[in-house]
Amino acid sequence: MDLSMEEIQTILNRYPPEQRYSLAMLQDMQHQFNYIPRVGMEALAEYLGCPLSSLYAMATFYKALSLQPKGKHIIKLCDGTACHIRGSTALVDGVKRLLGIGAGETSPDGLFSLELVNCLGSCALAPVMVIDDTYYGKVTLEKLPGILAQYQEVTPS
Amino acid sequence: MSKTVLVCCGTGCLANGSAKVAAEFHRLLEGSDHAVEWLVKETGCNGFCENGPLVKIDPDDITYYKVQVKDVPEIEEKTVLGGETVDRLLYKNDQGQRVRSQRENPFYAPQHKIALRNIGAISPTSVEDYVAHGGYQALRKALTMTPEEILDEMDRSGLRGRGGAGFPTGRKWRTAAGYDKFPKYVACNGDEGDPGAFMDRSILEGDPHSVLEGMAICALAIGAEEGFLYIRDEYALAVKNVRAAIAEAEAYGALGDHILGSDKKLKLSVVRGGGAFVCGESTALMASVEGRVGEPRAKYIRSVQRGLWDQPTVLNNVETLANVPVILLHGGDAFARMGTEGSKGTKVFALVGKVKRTGLVEVPMGVTLRHLIYDIGGGVQGDRPFKAVQTGGPSGGCIPAELLDLPVDFDTLKSRGAMMGSGGMIVMDDRSCMVEVARYYIKFLSEESCGKCTPCREGLRHMLQILTDICEGRGQLSDLDLLEELCHTLADSSLCALGKSAPNPVLTTLKYFRQEYEAHILEHRCPAGVCAALTSFAIDAEKCVGCGACGRACPAGAVSGERKQPHVIDPARCIACGSCREACKFGAVVTKGKVAG
Repeated sequence: MDLSMEEIQTILNRYPPEQRYSLAMLQDMQHQFNYIPRVGMEALAEYLGCPLSSLYAMATFYKALSLQPKGKHIIKLCDGTACHIRGSTALVDGVKRLLGIGAGETSPDGLFSLELVNCLGSCALAPVMVIDDTYYGKVTLEKLPGILAQYQEVTPS
Repeated sequence: MSKTVLVCCGTGCLANGSAKVAAEFHRLLEGSDHAVEWLVKETGCNGFCENGPLVKIDPDDITYYKVQVKDVPEIEEKTVLGGETVDRLLYKNDQGQRVRSQRENPFYAPQHKIALRNIGAISPTSVEDYVAHGGYQALRKALTMTPEEILDEMDRSGLRGRGGAGFPTGRKWRTAAGYDKFPKYVACNGDEGDPGAFMDRSILEGDPHSVLEGMAICALAIGAEEGFLYIRDEYALAVKNVRAAIAEAEAYGALGDHILGSDKKLKLSVVRGGGAFVCGESTALMASVEGRVGEPRAKYIRSVQRGLWDQPTVLNNVETLANVPVILLHGGDAFARMGTEGSKGTKVFALVGKVKRTGLVEVPMGVTLRHLIYDIGGGVQGDRPFKAVQTGGPSGGCIPAELLDLPVDFDTLKSRGAMMGSGGMIVMDDRSCMVEVARYYIKFLSEESCGKCTPCREGLRHMLQILTDICEGRGQLSDLDLLEELCHTLADSSLCALGKSAPNPVLTTLKYFRQEYEAHILEHRCPAGVCAALTSFAIDAEKCVGCGACGRACPAGAVSGERKQPHVIDPARCIACGSCREACKFGAVVTKGKVAG
């Protein structure tokens, strides 16, 4: 993947070089690149004057951060209690059958990542699925293929 | 008098398409000939998300549910311009009557809103709107009071922290105020992680100024000049609205260098959470705000004395802070008149799971579980038998049907092994397996344990192993004793509240639903039909009418049968997901134990 140092620098320049902004900067990198690139962490360590290991500790501790590139579309399947008892487990199996990916995995074509997330606070619509920033409520196994199809790229025949 | 069209744009209604509904109203408004003056407002979450998008028209006090774009022109013509109702969009109550006002809706009628007072009535980030609804009056009053007077008012109110532990807010503030060590900080815990609870999201999205005002009053009482709101990154709309509200409040002068023209100052900023449940714990949250790994520390010294950067810090929950302006404005005594002896005021509950009317409800402390679930919630979905209600998130417990008449407050729930927690109430019916529910929570907690202390890190992992074995048919009776022993070890020796309260889901299910554990272990049968390894489904030929609904629902193609003839399930292909049972309207799908062999 092409990483522009310029983009990394832009993120760093948004904040003063203080430890309290380290999580915010890592989150911005995650949003920008879909993962935390090594060069990004190195640049941040230098900017803050802190050891790389302390940033690595954060990148592996917080669930919002990932060291592996994520897919183009991120499917967040809510497994909060309300969704769980209204059948989110069946949806995980459904995604697995349709896309061949389990929780925490990315499809080989780099199109989808599946994440099983804790409560998204939309329990009244359980079970809930979020793809990128779009919420889908009361998802059923019947609706699943149609929802996913909107994100699958059309292959020219 | 001009009319206002309030379109609910909380996360739930947005998922149901309310942004398009609001856009359509705006489009019609632009083309309007202004024979009737009206305006459109996007509001925060009304709490009744399942029936969204909600549209309310004031001053007529008419609320429409499940409004789609195609309904908008009719609403404009009939209600906004004509003053008539569109009957088909009104809520149908339990007696089948259509009701106009929220006050006649059984979901809203019994509610008493304090923390949620403005949500649904105002434009969330607009400071003018907030002020027009009495906002920042309490802050203005607080500026004329001494810190001591503010603390007295808080003490009189009896307000206890709404985040779960229920610590008296006034006492916390007073302790922080007592330290002669500056700077001090005020922080808001918006890391709402309990699955099944979303009142904090709703408040942050729908009425952020009430939280900012609460923080400003706290800052005056303790002498802080800087504060933070720690909000889950998953709550994108909440982060956006709080940031916008801070900017508006600064422009208005309610925050910044001269609070409402005085010499007091307060600077607030938002810190986005990193997606770690343990960061809802006070010391872990503070570590995260400082830009470190969010691990808790031992609390020999409380964070109120040494919190952020080792300085005195008051950390309050979102809902707690939203109550503060009302207490200051109307007095602590008025607030304390509501609720029970030990728990004053109201509490917001997220009523979810298998209940007919799901959503956010705010009621005085001390109402019974039955009132919440049956009167407000309308009972169990499909009128199935009620089995349990889970309160308090992963640290709470499951309460069985025989305790439905318990009053809900901090102390009563605790005495039964559950806790109020942040106010999640998850209703479960006979198709919820209590062993699987316990396993679910322990799995959640084992993944969220930070790993710093041994009892929590190792204990949860072993509890998960034992519970998984039981769910998959490898359990033994002696496992139950071992589970209990592990529970007591965790409760006694974990570092923070995550580990200390982690046994609650297991202990309460063992206490109230032991026979379900025993059915899994001794009879190799999951009575609820949830644990796939111990469940098989069959179709009762007597009851089956051959409609084919089960076959269409089956993801595995295991159902076969001619139309209008009894269908059969092929056990070899069945994955025991239960889709057929949910789809069948005739109760023809029966749940059985593990298939022999």
